[in-house]
Amino acid sequence: MAIELNVNGRNYTIDTDPDTSLLTVLRYHLGLTGSKYGCGEGECGACTVIINGYSRRSCITPVSYAHKKQVTTIEGLERDGKLHPVQQAFLDVEAFQCAYCTSGMIMTTVALLRSNPHPTDAQIAEFLQGNICRCGTYPRILDAVRRAERMMAEGGSR
Amino acid sequence: MSGTKNNEIRTPETIEAERYEIFDSPSYHFNIERRDFLKAVGGGVGVFLLVNAPAALAQRGRESGGSRRFHMPPLPKNVGAWLHIAPGGAVTVYTGKVEIGQNIRTSLAQQVAQELHVKLDTITMVMGDTTLVPWDIGTFGSLTTPTMGPQLRRVGAVARDTMIELAAERWRANKSQLVAENGTIRDPSTGRSIGYGALAEGQTLAKTILFDDPLMSPTKWTIAGEPIPKVGAINFVTGRHLYPYDIKRPGMMYGKVLRPTAFGATLVSLDASAAKAIPGVVVVHDGNFVGVVAPTMEGAEKALGLLKATWRTTPQISDKELFSYLKENALPENEQQEQRFLHSVGSVESGMAAAHQRFSQTYTIAYIAHAPLEPRATVAEWHGDKLTVWTGTQRPFAVRDECAEAFHLPKDHVHLMMPDMGSGYGGKHTGGHTVEAARLAKAAGKPVKLNWTREEEFTWAYFRPAGVIEVRAGLDAAGKIIAWEMINYNSGPSAVMTPYVIPNQTVGFRPTKYPLRQGSYRALAATANFFARESAMGELAHMAGTDQLEFRLKHLSDERLKTVFRAAAEKFGWPRKKTAPGQGFGMGGGIEKGGRVATCAEVFLDPKDGEVHIRHVVVAWECGAIVNPDGLNNQVTGAQVMGIGGALFEHIQFADGKILNPLFSSYRVPRFSDLPKIDVVLIDRKDRPPAGAGETPMTGLAPAVGNAIFDATGVRLRSMPLAPHGVKKS
Repeated sequence: MAIELNVNGRNYTIDTDPDTSLLTVLRYHLGLTGSKYGCGEGECGACTVIINGYSRRSCITPVSYAHKKQVTTIEGLERDGKLHPVQQAFLDVEAFQCAYCTSGMIMTTVALLRSNPHPTDAQIAEFLQGNICRCGTYPRILDAVRRAERMMAEGGSR
Repeated sequence: MSGTKNNEIRTPETIEAERYEIFDSPSYHFNIERRDFLKAVGGGVGVFLLVNAPAALAQRGRESGGSRRFHMPPLPKNVGAWLHIAPGGAVTVYTGKVEIGQNIRTSLAQQVAQELHVKLDTITMVMGDTTLVPWDIGTFGSLTTPTMGPQLRRVGAVARDTMIELAAERWRANKSQLVAENGTIRDPSTGRSIGYGALAEGQTLAKTILFDDPLMSPTKWTIAGEPIPKVGAINFVTGRHLYPYDIKRPGMMYGKVLRPTAFGATLVSLDASAAKAIPGVVVVHDGNFVGVVAPTMEGAEKALGLLKATWRTTPQISDKELFSYLKENALPENEQQEQRFLHSVGSVESGMAAAHQRFSQTYTIAYIAHAPLEPRATVAEWHGDKLTVWTGTQRPFAVRDECAEAFHLPKDHVHLMMPDMGSGYGGKHTGGHTVEAARLAKAAGKPVKLNWTREEEFTWAYFRPAGVIEVRAGLDAAGKIIAWEMINYNSGPSAVMTPYVIPNQTVGFRPTKYPLRQGSYRALAATANFFARESAMGELAHMAGTDQLEFRLKHLSDERLKTVFRAAAEKFGWPRKKTAPGQGFGMGGGIEKGGRVATCAEVFLDPKDGEVHIRHVVVAWECGAIVNPDGLNNQVTGAQVMGIGGALFEHIQFADGKILNPLFSSYRVPRFSDLPKIDVVLIDRKDRPPAGAGETPMTGLAPAVGNAIFDATGVRLRSMPLAPHGVKKS
């Protein structure tokens, strides 16, 4: 079946089984390997992408669900060679060690700050509860979310 | 093939207790020759050989325990290139250590830049590429900082001196009057200066390193010792970095391996006709190994699902019987000479006989999983009888050798590359997945990608050893410990030695048979031995009616350990008054791998369900001179978070050769809601050589939490994980 996807502003037509996961299509059909496989059951958040404005676990999202929808991955956050404020904040704080979780953490944070520009600590923790950082950099990730919140409040959100 | 034959109950004669120290340097090497190397990189200045290891490093294993065979892994003695300065001035440093999140790509480069006197960004680190880097034992045991750090500092110093010599020759100047700074040599008497790149121009020169070469004192560091940002960090926030899972090759196909239904299962029959009927699918059946290759990832998954296999399985023990099994299956003394460890001072029996109060308890520690967020992954590619692999491993050369052995190849026919990977925590020492990928690629005649699933990573890798630890102790009338006995079954000997001054003591490690494949883990045996010892110290302090801190300090002579205990206590505000029901405070600490750690914890027990919440952790840590304080802070903080899992809830459940919780939905790891306030106190001892910091900072957490739970409830928990289902007051 031909699936029409818009990923990071580009249109693609994908010929595959409609039940194939969006993550498999992103990584192995489109070569967008910034979205990571961590568990295959939507439990770790490493594969998080944004579909029509909402964060989704691409590993448990059939590609057919994204048919004719707007998909944003980590590769689509930069604008004119400039990092998204959430990317910049994670970089500034160095909110990672092995950084395998980082794409998913950033995408989840982008979705959080889009829906809730000034979350409480408890709201941040709750929103990111589904994202695992096995290296244990959670304190720095919280700092990065706070920094991104400030940067977006000052510089205008996207 | 380690993924398929490792499942029977094995006696550990093939795997050393601490599991990584057995891997001696192979008897020969196939590193690139000097001349070939300089030809390959187009001339310039190379720094090569390193002669014998310093005696001081060889001593290290004795400090806190370890088997009699424990020794520093040998440093390479072969001719191999360590550093190259190209005619343009670019500096390339070669090391077999690998970057897995611990930040050594940055911290090692800082140390080279410091001695070489260049800007950090002129240095490129080539890591874990078996064709380009000198042989290395692997990245584990907190060894990179104490061994590779000084090694590369020496390399940098030799290269700098070479630059001075070249400039002196060129200017007919006296070497001693020349100054190296910022990648140039300057002559202050004339004001002349020349860049390293110009000096390297037209040179084909190799230099030898001697271990006696003096190193700059950490007190003079300006690049090392600084909180320099992670090299290449931007590639992680943009998704551009290619992990082993992400590697792609032209014409690449996708592989899957059929897993047995249980450990030790034998393949009885296989019907692969449906899978073979799919165009482009290759089925590989070689003994117990069955795999498929397909042109797409989803095609490989589909083909795997079409295989019909029957397996013969055997009854095996479950986690319910684990600890009695370990205790009952301790190897007889005559079978464990190589591995057991026993250290005795005075007489425990006479100490116990004279004791005013006596104590005897057993502590246990469960099997847990490393669960690195990136599962094992390989791309394998054959060219004739030469194999190239891109694979995730902490031991590039050992995995290269594993491939060579599996396919009966000379070692130099295997080229392994290790892209910076999604961590390991001691869990990626083996190369089963690499060999599997190579086997599939050989059958397919194309490059093959084999990415393990989460369930495969949980099931077919290996686990942190479970253990049983028995402690006996006696207090005299003044509340001092006069007898101490601690025997660890199966976890390992690291940190089994007590840092406390006790006149009569016996400590030891006894290997046992074990039911699951087990191996290295971040601070594996030290975590178990710290838990048992520091829990027992908590119990003894309570028995003696003495404050936890005071009790420890009065038994300590090591000033560095006293310093971290006092520092942690001060930051924590020890002794603290309870302000709410369910609140409790505890501490734990000790010495391991050259570092000193002390941890204080505050817990709160929810009165409704008994769930344990760790509210506040203070960890004080000293590892000699700090190479990168920001990276170190990140490591020490992360160690507390990871430690929470093993302390409170992580445990592998198993029965009949099956892992019963092989997914993140059934195996709980620390998440945001588990996060306490964490304060890190770093003590920078610029007068001491740097020690590794990836492991030991996590070891104080579990006993600190256990002691805090006792303080809160009066319930003493002696099994890790302490409270997977909360604490019920008895």
